[in-house]
Amino acid sequence: MTKGVRTRAIIILGILLLVVYGIIGFPRNQEELLANLQKNIHLGLDLKGGSHLVLQVQVQDAAKAEADRTIETLKDDMRKRNIDYASIDRNDPSTVEQTDSIQINIHGVPAAKTNDLRDLATGSFSSWTLTPINSSDYRLNMKPSEMISLKKDTVTRSIQTIENRINGLGLTEPTIQQRGRAEADYEILVQLPGVDDPARVKQIMQAAALLELSEVKDGPFTSEDQALAKHGGVLPLNTKLIKMAPRGGEQSESWFLVSRTPVITGRDLRSAKPSRDQMNKWETAFTLNKDGARRFARYTEANVGNRLAIVLDNRIMSAPVIKSRIEDSGVIEGMSGQQEASDLALVLNAGSLPAGIVYEEERTVGPSLGADSIREGLTAGAAGLLAVIIAMLVYYKKAGINAVLALVLNALILMAALSYFDAVLTLPGIAGVILTIGMAVDSNVLIFERIREELRAGKGVVAAVETGFSKAFLTIIDTHVTTIVSCAFLFMFGTGPVKGFAVTLVIGLVANVFTAVFVSRTMFDWSLNRQRQVTSLSI
Amino acid sequence: MEIFKQTNFDFLGKKWPFIIASLVLTAAGFASLGIKGGPRYGIDFRGGAIMDVKFAGPPPDARIRSALSRNIKGDITVQNVGGASSEVLIGTELRSDQELAAARSAMTQTLETTFIPPQDRGKLDFNNSGAQALADRLRDPLLRNGVALSDEQLQDLVGRMVTYRDHDQSGLLTGFDQLSGVRGANSQVIATLKQECTLAPFTVKRVEVVGPKVGGELRWQAVKATLYALAGMLVYIAFRFEWIYGAAAVIAVFHDTLITIGLFSLLNKEISLTVIAALLTLVGYSMNDTIVVFDRIRENLKIIRREKLDVLINRSINQTLSRTILTSGLTFLTVLALFLFGGEVLHGFALALVIGIIIGTYSSIFIASPILVFWQDLMEQRKKPSSVGPPPAVQAARRGR
Repeated sequence: MTKGVRTRAIIILGILLLVVYGIIGFPRNQEELLANLQKNIHLGLDLKGGSHLVLQVQVQDAAKAEADRTIETLKDDMRKRNIDYASIDRNDPSTVEQTDSIQINIHGVPAAKTNDLRDLATGSFSSWTLTPINSSDYRLNMKPSEMISLKKDTVTRSIQTIENRINGLGLTEPTIQQRGRAEADYEILVQLPGVDDPARVKQIMQAAALLELSEVKDGPFTSEDQALAKHGGVLPLNTKLIKMAPRGGEQSESWFLVSRTPVITGRDLRSAKPSRDQMNKWETAFTLNKDGARRFARYTEANVGNRLAIVLDNRIMSAPVIKSRIEDSGVIEGMSGQQEASDLALVLNAGSLPAGIVYEEERTVGPSLGADSIREGLTAGAAGLLAVIIAMLVYYKKAGINAVLALVLNALILMAALSYFDAVLTLPGIAGVILTIGMAVDSNVLIFERIREELRAGKGVVAAVETGFSKAFLTIIDTHVTTIVSCAFLFMFGTGPVKGFAVTLVIGLVANVFTAVFVSRTMFDWSLNRQRQVTSLSI
Repeated sequence: MEIFKQTNFDFLGKKWPFIIASLVLTAAGFASLGIKGGPRYGIDFRGGAIMDVKFAGPPPDARIRSALSRNIKGDITVQNVGGASSEVLIGTELRSDQELAAARSAMTQTLETTFIPPQDRGKLDFNNSGAQALADRLRDPLLRNGVALSDEQLQDLVGRMVTYRDHDQSGLLTGFDQLSGVRGANSQVIATLKQECTLAPFTVKRVEVVGPKVGGELRWQAVKATLYALAGMLVYIAFRFEWIYGAAAVIAVFHDTLITIGLFSLLNKEISLTVIAALLTLVGYSMNDTIVVFDRIRENLKIIRREKLDVLINRSINQTLSRTILTSGLTFLTVLALFLFGGEVLHGFALALVIGIIIGTYSSIFIASPILVFWQDLMEQRKKPSSVGPPPAVQAARRGR
């Protein structure tokens, strides 16, 4: 018996050391202790302050862009192969759920050209399936496998871009990850601890930052109608009408007719940075990479005297006249201040988003609320724990010490486990801790009441402890397993906060079976062993 | 010390008043839910935007409301948090993600333009800025004013000032001179702050924007997870005891949850994600309590086979009574501490637990246990002609072991 107790005591001591190490490491002074504590116990954003954002990638944008690209090449190829057509257009899915419905409609193909079109489609457009609708009209649908990889690719690229942008802001410890299923939810979770200005960060993440330098075919016009009227109601091939971004104070609109195929896009940029012009106004200057610079030089040389439109997110920022050959740099004018200029430089450097994003959820906890929550939570926790400890000691005397030690060890194991698993403690997690403490108290009470009952029934002390533990053990197992079973379901079917609750609770309950049954029992045996003849028990 | 040595209360004999009380509470809850059209969901589940703003003085509700309604389409609510406090919750319920995003930025802008005087617009708002922005803003002016700091020293100084603001002043300064106690904040630093920064009379403590789609999904997922968890517990208890025990325990827990949700509706409190966490806690707690009593019943059934079930259950409840009172009392103390000292964020959470623990404790005795007796009576009535042999629960218990 003595030997058994000693082995058990050593096991408990070993676990205790492991637990303490997990929580505070090897601190050499008080500062290090606090630093280690902060490093090991990860508090959720709801407790320490920060922004939690869920955004949805509008994958239908990518599908539409892909369809547009396909239409352009299709038109070219059909012309080359002398396949006549009346018109080619696509439908316009407006929500992510409608993405799969993307289709390209080809109208008015002569019946004699059916085979040519089919050959073209299977040969050059293998990611689409061609379906005849009637003798002259056809439909192209994207193949499901292609659709899935397009969506996945869009989400991955969006995550990369957002990551680049956030890193550009220099925020500490950001988390950017995909949430839910890649092929069905298209959601990105962004967690930013202690962010200064969430509104600005949101704007930076959301900016499409699609930069295009395109040839101006005609303009300026004072309205869309004027432009259309001049061209007989139909826009010339491969052109689009774009509005000039409004400048401070200017009331009149101006529109330009620009080429649909840009000379330079954001992909040709090497870098961008904020700067000021001669009038001391803020602008964003950019330089081009080698390939872009070569194309830009060739183009500007050939087009001296023509206008060039600098288009950002489908708005013309400026449309200067090309005065001479330009090698590799340019500026985007019209910034309201330094911040706008540097934010634009940041998003240009990070690259454009392949699709629009929509914010589905934002939870921002300010740093002062985080501090308040922690302080109030700790006060409440300490008050509750103190009340429990006093009550246990008064009610169960010396045996109460066992219970209190077991309770403290339970809480420590829970904290250490969270630290070892790198789990995050959130508000719902604290709910799990509270239930754990409740059930830990209950386990001790169950055991002690059982021992008292056995003593009342006239059993000896050693026998009473023995029976008390073994009878209470069955009950404890039943209550704990039931709760663990329910936690398993909560974990499987619940979302973030519910999962956090379940994880904390399961860890706490497993620790409790160990502390309440094994540790508490060892302490009883140890104190009983020290006495020669056991006649009474302080319980 | 012992409170109950050996009690012999006739719990099952007094079950009716409690069952009736339960029914009345449930009915009142349902009536309230019916009249109000379902529970009052928080932003989490309903979709919308809220901003928790703390003011230096009494918040000018009317001014906030009129300024906001000029800039935001849709309903605006401005509501004081907890009576005499200086905090307001500004909320709006809009039906699309885009509108919500627009409303959220309109809220911030409106607050800034309404409460920061025009001559201070270009300055940085100290009360609503983080350490990084402050350090960036102060770096050059400090140098110009003759305060030479290395970048590390500057970060440290700004960090101390922000910590003082957040930890000692709850996030809101009313004058820069308050910072004079902070180490390193000498008169030049404070003069620079006065020149570069302004102090808005408010600080944004919390923002939540949840799109309506996410809200609906969260609601459904929480309900689904809870139902599956209940089913899982039913199966496990049925396996360990007998299926009627599982059913009785689940009915009791369900009863607790319903009453708590009903009381929340009666008290006009919101059901938010943290309240859901509290409801899950209460389910766990109440289940634990019920199983302890059931366990004792099972044990007694093995020893005393010829006893009538209601007498046996009464004995079991009495035997576990001191444990029930002690555990419930202690847990209640903890939760009460949370309710009293836990602060605004934990308020709804703690309230649900305070209600839940009371109901969860009595439901094990007055709801779960009577169901076992009802069931046995029902079975006996059915096979009245040949009622010989041990009661079915006993057979079941033997099978279960």
